[in-house]
Amino acid sequence: MYTLLQPDFRIKRDEERCIRCGVCVRQCAFDVHSVDTDDGSIRSDESKCVACQRCETLCPTRALTLEENYHVANENYNWTGGVLKNIWKQAETGGVLLTGMGNPRPYRIYWDHLVLNASQVTNPSIDPLREPMELRTYLGSKPDSVEVVKENGSLKLKTKLAPQLRLDAPFLFSAMSLGAIGYNVQEAMARAATEMGIYWNTGEGGLHKDLYKYGKNTIVQVASGRFGVYKDYLDAAAAVEIKIGQGAKPGIGGHLPGEKVGDLVSMTRMIPAGTDALSPAPHHDIYSIEDLSQLIYSLKEATEYTKPVSVKIAAVHNVAAIASGIVRAGADIVAIDGIRGGTGAAPTMIRDNVGIPIELAIAAVDQRLRDEGIRNRASILAAGGFRSSADIIKAIALGADAVYLGTAALVAMGCHVCQKCYTGKCNWGIATQDPYLERRLNPDIAAERLSNLIHAWSHEIMEMLGGMGINAIESLRGNRLHLRGVGLSKTELDILGVRHAGAS
Amino acid sequence: MEGRWNRRYDWQYDRIPSGCGLAAIISEAGRSFGGEEIIQSICVLHDRSNGLGGGFAGYGIYPEKRDLFAFHVMFESIEAKELVDAYFDRNFYVEESGHIPTRKIKEITNAPLLWRYFVKPLDDSLQDCELCEEDFVTRSVFHINGEIPGAYVFSSGKNMGAFKAVGYPEDVGRFYRLDEYEGYSWIGHGRFPTNTPGWWGGAHPFTLLDWSLVHNGEISSYGINKRYLEMFGYRCELQTDTEVAAYLFDLLLRRHGLSIEVACKALASPFWSDIDRMPEEERELFKAIRMVYGPALLNGPFAIVLGFTGGLIGINDRVKLRPLVAARKDDRLYLASEEAAIREISPDLDVVWAPKAGEPVIGRVRTGEPEVVGAEETVA
Repeated sequence: MYTLLQPDFRIKRDEERCIRCGVCVRQCAFDVHSVDTDDGSIRSDESKCVACQRCETLCPTRALTLEENYHVANENYNWTGGVLKNIWKQAETGGVLLTGMGNPRPYRIYWDHLVLNASQVTNPSIDPLREPMELRTYLGSKPDSVEVVKENGSLKLKTKLAPQLRLDAPFLFSAMSLGAIGYNVQEAMARAATEMGIYWNTGEGGLHKDLYKYGKNTIVQVASGRFGVYKDYLDAAAAVEIKIGQGAKPGIGGHLPGEKVGDLVSMTRMIPAGTDALSPAPHHDIYSIEDLSQLIYSLKEATEYTKPVSVKIAAVHNVAAIASGIVRAGADIVAIDGIRGGTGAAPTMIRDNVGIPIELAIAAVDQRLRDEGIRNRASILAAGGFRSSADIIKAIALGADAVYLGTAALVAMGCHVCQKCYTGKCNWGIATQDPYLERRLNPDIAAERLSNLIHAWSHEIMEMLGGMGINAIESLRGNRLHLRGVGLSKTELDILGVRHAGAS
Repeated sequence: MEGRWNRRYDWQYDRIPSGCGLAAIISEAGRSFGGEEIIQSICVLHDRSNGLGGGFAGYGIYPEKRDLFAFHVMFESIEAKELVDAYFDRNFYVEESGHIPTRKIKEITNAPLLWRYFVKPLDDSLQDCELCEEDFVTRSVFHINGEIPGAYVFSSGKNMGAFKAVGYPEDVGRFYRLDEYEGYSWIGHGRFPTNTPGWWGGAHPFTLLDWSLVHNGEISSYGINKRYLEMFGYRCELQTDTEVAAYLFDLLLRRHGLSIEVACKALASPFWSDIDRMPEEERELFKAIRMVYGPALLNGPFAIVLGFTGGLIGINDRVKLRPLVAARKDDRLYLASEEAAIREISPDLDVVWAPKAGEPVIGRVRTGEPEVVGAEETVA
């Protein structure tokens, strides 16, 4: 069938600069560039280009420039170029549109409509270079109060606390499975998490044996496919997370195609090589909240109540009530993934249209748990498109205990957000199982880049906290008086529990 | 009577930053002395306030009515008083009610109707709502302050009372005729609010039951402290961050049964770097306190004096960003923002010191009387 699709991008090659070294040819797994055998010149098939910018970045003479190809001249507000292309694609294939990464559509990003407070005169700001500034965070269930007794003249704690995760800064690396991403990426996250005193999450692809040594900074996932779940896996981890849903694809499962299931993935997921790894949409043993409670307690029994159990859900319309049910079902942590949460593969229509923004979800869940007097019984983890330390500190002020970083971590390692993770051809060596491509990601360098990012964001958060006259992160958590809205409606402000800028 | 004296601003103003001066005296022998001493002491700190709020609390001042809750209430109108009278008639046995004695002086103007009730909750009321006396009184205070427009309870303890107004503290003391009362413990406060014309209810101390609290500083953690307290049924209605400190002490000491020492470590907790260096048992205790009471941590600059039946606590924030001086002479413990305020009334002190950041100074009546309520040093 003749395709109606024009290339999404246009590649400009400056022939005066091009030295025909062939770097672009070798770097592109999508086979965009090729050498013309007649004259040795390099040609580019733009129809295959995904704009990952690998060639552009690595070209030694900066001879390449990528541009968006605005070929739909009669694009209108309703029938945009993107819409036409989607229809042509489906008319040509009859398939579901697939994509990767987070929702790119222009839903309001509330972080950009929230501003932070700072001290002036009545309250001294605190300089984190001179004074202690504490970001340490403990995740897990807290009792309503503690009981302290005096024995032989010294105070002694009588209350036994539930297991807790200690974070030196309020970040974790999001769940990304081996299969969705390569081994080197997981190793880099595990090493950076260990170095920075934070955690990384296996996703639902099991945990490779060689990564068990990072177990005390590892959260292992138990998802609907139960891939790689067995005794050693649970024992190796610091915490266990039950994955119910994901922000990029609420309500549906996952599908790792057989061609990505090589020996490594096969061994780690405990499935035969070459078979599709299908995660059902629901857990087939969870058809209601009481079933979830059984799984939570099964995992607690299996780990002898030594590890917190987290439950991850996608932020959907009724998220506050669902989160409340999860807390009452016994979860120590509730992780909420918003509409901008990333993915290795999701149907485009679902990624772009299902779920609610994480900002509103954090605010609603935190308030609901407070209204019910159970906020202390679980920590709240927020996920879904956090771009900077400013987004994170605002999330904490709205009520999150800590934040999952997925896309930001990948970007730190080199991802250019081309949204083609599902192809397995990631030129940056991240979302791929191809050994040739995987080697492009050096875990030493990637771990260092991740640690640098965590260090930088921690420092920025300390500066902002100090500016507010606060020297411990728990004094900002849920402290919405340090936020003001700009350009938000009354309804939005009410849901966020934030006043408009100018209101004192 | 204009409404201005007691104009409650809308929700936009629920936190008013202010600077201040404070002073406190307790006789640990439980000896009573007149209110003029605390006036003389706080008077020295005149320049730390700006005339927009002064107040006092005295303990042991109503010995003949020691078993009754003494409610001090401000009324904007007769109608408000009628509503409160009706509320008391329904829920309390009212032994006596009348004007709070005042002296007409030119410095204090626009006074609201100031009324005093000596009451006891009716047994029926307690049974109906299954609350203890203290919780019932707490609920009544929140009800009147939140639901009855133009009425504000500013004191609700037994054998103690708070007195406050818009004005300089020395004038407020004279206005309320404090020289005519005798008590074993006194707290004084002069206020320097920075962004509001000041209303009578906004002056310190803030009280609930026997707790009275004065504060110099700004609590930057107010937003979360307030939401944390709301989980336990407290309502913060008084447009100031000081209020949360009073309620947090009530929650931790009275309701959670923590000792003063432990409660102070929750509200002004040690740094993690210090906790990490503690011996194991202590470390686990302090870790647990910070984990569980993180939302109760008072963050930001403050010096606080908390009064209660039989005692006083003075405490600074965890990095000591506001002044607080302590001194002893014979059976007396003194606290003040500046040493001068103490020397003014007791020039010849046994010992003077600056309490360390987050370390409470505790004064306590050591004889059998008066009884100590809800704040035992150790808990069983």
